[in-house]
Amino acid sequence: MLITKRVEFSASHVCRSPLLSDRENEELYGLAANPHGHGHNYAIEVTVEGNPDPVTGMVVDLKKLKDLINRQVVELYDHRFLNYEVPPFDRVVPTAENVAIDVWRRLAPHLTKEYGRLHAVRVFETPDLYVDYFGDAV
Amino acid sequence: MIRVTRRYRFSASHRLHTAALSDEVNREIFGKCDNPFGHGHNYEIAVSARGPLDPLSGRVLNPAVLDRLVELQVLRPFDHRNLNEEIPEFRDDVPTTENLASEIFRRLQLNWKAAFPENGPELEKISIAETPRNIFEVSELHGQA
Repeated sequence: MLITKRVEFSASHVCRSPLLSDRENEELYGLAANPHGHGHNYAIEVTVEGNPDPVTGMVVDLKKLKDLINRQVVELYDHRFLNYEVPPFDRVVPTAENVAIDVWRRLAPHLTKEYGRLHAVRVFETPDLYVDYFGDAV
Repeated sequence: MIRVTRRYRFSASHRLHTAALSDEVNREIFGKCDNPFGHGHNYEIAVSARGPLDPLSGRVLNPAVLDRLVELQVLRPFDHRNLNEEIPEFRDDVPTTENLASEIFRRLQLNWKAAFPENGPELEKISIAETPRNIFEVSELHGQA
């Protein structure tokens, strides 16, 4: 059984690769390459997999899961400029794809058995653009 | 592997009716949707692609390229159109949202390779909401395994 917890945060970012010229960055990332940065209301959906506990009827204590996501991710990301304030985005372009990978890496070591198995991280950069990451090699 | 999904909207009218059946049977099967004057919906589609992360851009695909593909292949031909009258595929086939989903998938898949690099993202599925309560998903062409 899959169960999903959704949290939200707001942050700014800029998509520019140091390996590319200004012109190449602007062609590749469009408006997102604006060096001053811009922001989004992000949403993260964390999906864990498990069987309902026969006593509690729950796969996971959702309050605990929410607290963990807030502690490991939201408190670090919320109202921050990702490139300047949240490693690894000082050296990794903070695309929605890379944010999803980073969220996975921040959560995975803390998801002990009581949280079920981490199944997917979905990151909404806007309501109309989101990515799903399942923890495999990229 | 990472999946990227992008949503788009268009509005169109249609009538669910097939010449293969009598008027009475059409009315029984399609109900209100058989109204001879047609009716419309605000459709919302979600296009999902999956692929490896491009190490240089940190992305699976360039959303601007997907936007252009969907704009040319779907939004421009379908938005503010009468599907039965203006989309050749629906002159004979009923523009149910199942058939519409398959047609959109077919158009995107047909033009996918020209838009995206080899070994890049693959079209995985599309979902289409005819209304917020009727949602259809296609991950392969109808009739193909």
